[in-house]
Amino acid sequence: MPKLLSGAEIVFKALEDHNVEYVFGYPGGAVLPIYDELKNHKSIKHILARHEQGAGHAAEGYARSSGKPGVVLVTSGPGATNVVTALADAYMDSIPLVCISGQVPTHLIGTDAFQECDTTGITRPCTKYNWLVKDVNDLAKILHLAFEVATSGRPGPVLIDIPKDVQFKKGPYTVNKTKVSKSLNGSKAKENISDKKIDQLIEMMKKSSRPIFYTGGGIINSGPKASKLLRELVALTGFPITSTLQGLGAFPGSDSQFLGMLGMHGTYEANNAMHDCDLMINIGARFDDRITGKLDEFSPNSKKVHIDIDPSSIGKNVKVDLSFVSDVDIFLTSLISRFKSKNKNFVDINKNKIDKWWDQINKWRKKDSLGFKNSNSVIKPQYAVQRLYELTKNKETYITTEVGQHQMWAAQHYKFDEPNRWMTSGGLGTMGFGLPAAIGVQLAHPGKLVVDIAGEASVLMTMQEMSTAIQYKLPIKIFILNNEYMGMVRQWQELLHDKNYSESYTAALPDFVKLAEAYGCVGIRATKPSELDEKIKEMISINRPVIFDCLVDKMENCYPMIPSGKPHNQMILGPEEDKEEVSAEGKILV
Amino acid sequence: MPKSKSAYSEPSKVSKPEHHIIVVWVDNEAGVLARVIGLFSGRGYNIESLAVAEVDKQKHLSRITIVSVGTPEVIQQIKLQLGKQICVHKVALFKRSDENILFRELALIKINSSKKNQEKVKKACKKYNSVILDKSKNSFVIQVTALRREIDKLVQTIRPYGLISISRTGAVAMTRGPEVFK
Repeated sequence: MPKLLSGAEIVFKALEDHNVEYVFGYPGGAVLPIYDELKNHKSIKHILARHEQGAGHAAEGYARSSGKPGVVLVTSGPGATNVVTALADAYMDSIPLVCISGQVPTHLIGTDAFQECDTTGITRPCTKYNWLVKDVNDLAKILHLAFEVATSGRPGPVLIDIPKDVQFKKGPYTVNKTKVSKSLNGSKAKENISDKKIDQLIEMMKKSSRPIFYTGGGIINSGPKASKLLRELVALTGFPITSTLQGLGAFPGSDSQFLGMLGMHGTYEANNAMHDCDLMINIGARFDDRITGKLDEFSPNSKKVHIDIDPSSIGKNVKVDLSFVSDVDIFLTSLISRFKSKNKNFVDINKNKIDKWWDQINKWRKKDSLGFKNSNSVIKPQYAVQRLYELTKNKETYITTEVGQHQMWAAQHYKFDEPNRWMTSGGLGTMGFGLPAAIGVQLAHPGKLVVDIAGEASVLMTMQEMSTAIQYKLPIKIFILNNEYMGMVRQWQELLHDKNYSESYTAALPDFVKLAEAYGCVGIRATKPSELDEKIKEMISINRPVIFDCLVDKMENCYPMIPSGKPHNQMILGPEEDKEEVSAEGKILV
Repeated sequence: MPKSKSAYSEPSKVSKPEHHIIVVWVDNEAGVLARVIGLFSGRGYNIESLAVAEVDKQKHLSRITIVSVGTPEVIQQIKLQLGKQICVHKVALFKRSDENILFRELALIKINSSKKNQEKVKKACKKYNSVILDKSKNSFVIQVTALRREIDKLVQTIRPYGLISISRTGAVAMTRGPEVFK
């Protein structure tokens, strides 16, 4: 007979066995037995957030930057509902989270008890899987399974709802880690990568005169080795490569074969190359609507190849000619070894074949689609990001963002050379993500520079987490591009709604410098371009949390952009081109 | 086509919605039905019929048969999403017109009427394996098994003869011959 442990002890045993260092959470009535047990487990540090959403995003930042699952602990009712945004965010961007929520005691479930809600019902569509544990004898098994589901295949969030009485009850702790027996969890859904299929792909690559790699977050999720292999493959082929927002850093942003980000605010060369290519090799991306633009006219003349670990991603939005259900790492290993053995000196031999393609790409590059008119009197937001990049690029710097114009400017002008350095809310587009995410990143990478490139509207949504950063002495830098507007909303209103800036201006913003002081950190304000460098250097030199209030041009728009309903080759490069009237039908599509 | 500068694309060509039958083998555990059904309701799809029961007591396996209308692309996506759920063992998807698949639906019909009308109902039901399950002075309950459209038609025919209640199971499906669904 094994020693029986309480439910709360079982929770911590499982966390210890999965080498969990940090738990991001917030206590409350239904989860108190677990909090009571915390003191007995010194290897696990609890990070007290100021709101459960903040705890969730912090866990996401931790997970995305470290490759390990983030663990969240919340109470029942409002604790659980507050964490839903973070779960949905992690689900969209494939980030492994294990969320443990307290629940009212079993006998009160369904009675509208105090702080009761149907947590598994609410979170079912925004988790990979969830469990309501009604028997303490199942708890250990479910906890192990939860970690496996969250981290295997296409990663994602899971939730375990534990009623308070189950936390008290005694049950066995089993260490045998159960395996997901079925083969369809994504992890084992990799079909055998047959040599025949790989040869088919190599043949397509050899035939192509206008090839492109289109890569995404799947490479980051596959681990650092996948990024290394990708670099090898790109060097081996001489093909151009573009990346989605989530994939930035998998391939060096400063490399000459990199065309920059693609999609709605991607570069002119990347989008045109996607449109005109004859072979598109999608590795770990999902043909998201921000990427494809108008589906009917998406890359009309190309053969498409899709590599994804999730079988339901293949053929979802775009039909492809050849597909591999596989982990990127495993796929690239087979492809590269077969490619190398059969095609010596491919780059030199194939040079003539794709020379014209590169000429064309270089012509597109000359448009300098990320260019902007700089100013001596007012800080341009793009300039601020460029200066931040130049002054931090030689350090191991981790960037998080909120959502909006600043996010796109960060993606365009900050160049990432390594994976796991860039944490942004892409799928769900959650304003308020960046600040708490920075907390998680800083915990995973002590001593490194962590900067949240933020907008003043987004950052106010989770500003309370500054207090968390102070408590745990996490020297995160909140770099606010402050234009007093919800910039992306304002941009759309300018372009689509006759400059009717309905509710997108924040008329009463706090004084961010004083706010920083109120939280007990450092506030810095930059108002002119001439003082920007010096102030950024000051920010970097301070070993405490900093809120940097960078006052930027209020009316700057984010270009280039693909207006929707348009294919990739009809981008707007700047304000001059933007005179078309928009019909009422067009407006409702926003 | 209106010129749009919206943040979302306009819909491209949408295929015609069709009837699909989806058979899912699942672990018979709490919440499993909600998990399966949520994939339909989350896409705004209605379920025409649903039959679910445990088919293997030892392994706690349930078999769910769902009839739904949707475009082939979305139904295919639902199938793949179902396949990823860890409570799901296998998923089969086919069209109602598939000749290799047998469908049956069971209906219980309660009639309250004169002897003459009762006879008319019994006669109409005869070719659908009818069984009388209960009888009283003026009423009876009759069970029929048939295809959905046959039962639809039957109900229309016998409604004037004192039909007061009807209960239907929704379709269940099985392949012909020695094959089983994969």
